Amino acid sequence: MTVCVFFGCTFIAFGPAISLFIFTVARDPLRVIFLIAGAFFWLVSLLLSSLVWFIAVQISNKENASLQKGLLIFGVVLSVFLQEAFRFGYYKLLKKANEGLMALNQDDTMPISIRQLAYVSGLGFGFMSGAFSVVNILADSLGPGTVGIYGDPPHYFVSSAFMTMAIILLHMFWGVVFFDACEKKQWLSLAVVVCTHLLVSCLTFLNPQYEGSLIPAYVIAFVMGAWAFFISGGSLRNLRLCLTCKDKDFLLANHRPR
Amino acid sequence: MVIATGKWTLLLIVSFLCSECIYCNSVEQKIYVTLNKTVPCVRLLNATHQIGCQSSISGDTGVIHVVGDDSDLEWVLKTGNTPPYMVLLDGSLFTREVMIKMKDSSRVAGVAVVVPKKGPEGGFSPHQKCPNDKSSVYSNSYGEEYAHCNKTVWNPLGNDLSYEDFHFPIFMMQDENETEVVKKCFFDHNVPVNGSGPSYPLCAMQLFSHMHAATNTVTCMRRNDLQATFSINPEVLCDPLSDYNIYSFLHPVNKSRKNPEEKVIIAAARMDTRSFFWDFAPGGESAVSGFVTLLAVAETLSKISENLTSPLKKNILFSFFQGEVFDYIGSSRMVYDMQKGTFVIGLENIDTFIEIGQVGLRSASQLWIHSDPVSRQNASIDNEVRNLSSTLMKAGNDSNVPVFEPSVSQPLPPSSFQSFLKAQYIPGVVLTDHQSAFSNRYYESIYDTSENLNLSYPSELGPEEQLEFVTATAQSLSEVATVVAKTLFKQAGGSEEDLFKVQADPKTVTKMLYGFAIRSNNSWFRSLVNQDVKPGLVNGPPQYYVGVVLPNSSPKQKRLIQYVLANLTGTVVNLTKEQCQNTDKGGDQHRELYDYIWIQGSMPLNGSDPVPYCVRSTVRLSDAVSPAFDLKQYGALNYSTWTESRWKEIKARIFLVSSKELEMLTLAIGIAILVISLLVTYFISTKADILFTVSREPTTAAY
Repeated sequence: MTVCVFFGCTFIAFGPAISLFIFTVARDPLRVIFLIAGAFFWLVSLLLSSLVWFIAVQISNKENASLQKGLLIFGVVLSVFLQEAFRFGYYKLLKKANEGLMALNQDDTMPISIRQLAYVSGLGFGFMSGAFSVVNILADSLGPGTVGIYGDPPHYFVSSAFMTMAIILLHMFWGVVFFDACEKKQWLSLAVVVCTHLLVSCLTFLNPQYEGSLIPAYVIAFVMGAWAFFISGGSLRNLRLCLTCKDKDFLLANHRPR
Repeated sequence: MVIATGKWTLLLIVSFLCSECIYCNSVEQKIYVTLNKTVPCVRLLNATHQIGCQSSISGDTGVIHVVGDDSDLEWVLKTGNTPPYMVLLDGSLFTREVMIKMKDSSRVAGVAVVVPKKGPEGGFSPHQKCPNDKSSVYSNSYGEEYAHCNKTVWNPLGNDLSYEDFHFPIFMMQDENETEVVKKCFFDHNVPVNGSGPSYPLCAMQLFSHMHAATNTVTCMRRNDLQATFSINPEVLCDPLSDYNIYSFLHPVNKSRKNPEEKVIIAAARMDTRSFFWDFAPGGESAVSGFVTLLAVAETLSKISENLTSPLKKNILFSFFQGEVFDYIGSSRMVYDMQKGTFVIGLENIDTFIEIGQVGLRSASQLWIHSDPVSRQNASIDNEVRNLSSTLMKAGNDSNVPVFEPSVSQPLPPSSFQSFLKAQYIPGVVLTDHQSAFSNRYYESIYDTSENLNLSYPSELGPEEQLEFVTATAQSLSEVATVVAKTLFKQAGGSEEDLFKVQADPKTVTKMLYGFAIRSNNSWFRSLVNQDVKPGLVNGPPQYYVGVVLPNSSPKQKRLIQYVLANLTGTVVNLTKEQCQNTDKGGDQHRELYDYIWIQGSMPLNGSDPVPYCVRSTVRLSDAVSPAFDLKQYGALNYSTWTESRWKEIKARIFLVSSKELEMLTLAIGIAILVISLLVTYFISTKADILFTVSREPTTAAY
């Protein structure tokens, strides 16, 4: 749909992720490394699940449309489980790596906390997931045409961009909640993460009724965001303090450095 | 065992991965509908001008508007509020005035012409009124009163459309289904509602036909040379229009040794034509009628030449010239070769010249003889021409074909004979079905099809029966062929007793007409062509545009005439494939005189493999490249300098476009989200200590 739409959709989809990267991750090389490693883990999970789906499709009867749809649903569900499994695997790997990192570090302190690792790995998962969701669509949005000649809804590009933004944020929040649940051995929280991931992915089957998939996705993102916020040590009081700019007094009162 | 299974699984996986993607559902397929059956208009250049059409390098996009009458045209040119427009033009409006109006407008992004099956009733010819005027023999120094069609306008219906230079792409929609798809898209999205403009998203079309060459041949060739000299990967921008002439002698002539005493009568016809669009030139009356008649003449004379009471004194050269539409490429090249001595005979060997022009539409069955009045001022030439004309009229009398000469002195119509006259005075005539202006009302246009030739078959016949059915047109052309053959026979010194044997066979003529004007993929053609040409046989009529010779291209339809001529005039000899195709040695020691072709043969009825055979004939090819390119005189005014531009891709597609406002809105939303998220993230990251009160990790508890 031309260059304007291309840049508009890119900024919509990757705007929050880029700003998070610039302000929180880019300065610290260790965080960058773990972000890229997280992205790689997500990529491998996608590769495995797509391999399984591809083989299943080749074996099956290609003419049968409902069978193909069923296989697609199966592929999505499998992909969700594989992604979460790889998230768990990454967590285990990071725990092992942390011991090694501590041994390397002269201070004998943790150079990066498990909470920060959770956030960075979630963001890495989000980046890669967002890229695979939307880059193909962005490439086609550069041409002069827009979706619709076969009757598809015309807001395809913008909806995809918003969905991608939701997915990236969601991956970040899921990362935080997941790692915290693993630390505290709260398996119920783990199950909730997997279930919400499954729910959001399966809601995309409602497309092209974008209201059915976008609105619930954003609601879930908001809820997960709040949960992650509280897990990370935030509270409503802190939020109020920051927003009303009384933080300086708070800091001074508690002898904490800025 | 486990390792073997593992390897097998890996192989299976790899083979699956390498197989085609069957479940591809890319976004591009949701957006674009490609139009596959379109014919573009391309750019041609000569020494001084460029003609044809050009698109921008990334295609021209415009909102589709179906133009069927003047009010639609007004909408496109003046009142419509979403320019630029891509016009879907109805065939009846494809006239000069409409196209010039659109050419001058800046609101037209391109034109897609929907061509009906039959041409407009009044006739339509995008060619010039005076074809090949610049390369005509009549100029200010030769027959000034006949120059520039002062005496006779040959093509009065000509509107010069093919020789205009358009700055937007013009395509022809060949398939009705695709036209329906485009019209449906238009009616669904683009029709104005209640007087106000239509609302977005609108249906749009994009046409790609970017041409690399520009300005004229001199410039283009100079750029080619620059590329060849300085570039590591040279890109050619244009190619000269070229192909091969086909010629054949009645009695074989030694390739190397020339006999200055030998007298040759040349019987010529042209085999190419053109239209406004690229490589689409059915040429029924303008080309097919002429060369099919000449093929019939060649067959007739070859058949009787063996058993004659007295042999013919003069030889006959049957030549089929290519590229005649573009300033006589083939014939000027042959004259040039004759002058340089590289052709088998020289200009001094030519006794007379008979050309068969457009002979398919004989109204009241009349056949007209045209001759050159300027050369006839010479007494001996005039004598010869008179003899020739009287022989023709007598032959016409014998065959019930009324042959006439125009009463007023007229110049020659555009014909290959003019190239020969430019070199020296030769007595000769051109035979046509028109006295002055062409009877062909669709000269060099897309409508010059078999229908223009009045070729009609009873509807219940299948393709193979139609091949054998003798139509009225075939009968008429075979009569003309008989007249010409008898004339050639008498002119070559044939005796009266053998004259009755000279009869053209209408069955062959009708088979040729069917193959050359209706469907080239038929059983007869399949049985007489080579393996190379067989894939080029199509289920429709062949196209006769001269085209260019690309380095790696395979020979196309043009070789068809060569094989038909070889079949009709040659003999089958008993040679094996190696002996037949071997150019040096061979069982038959006549390599200097003859040419040998290996034919795959026809499928016998019991379905087994076809039996191949070797044909020996005198049919040869000669280069039909304008001498201007050999001499590197790209600005020459006396030779043809036509070139065709090269291009990367030509395609057409339709899709929906949204309004500029919506696109700007999307960009604005994107930038807003980016800015907001930058601000929020900055805020959060600076206040992170406050927001996230971190509980002390057990391992860092040092106090």
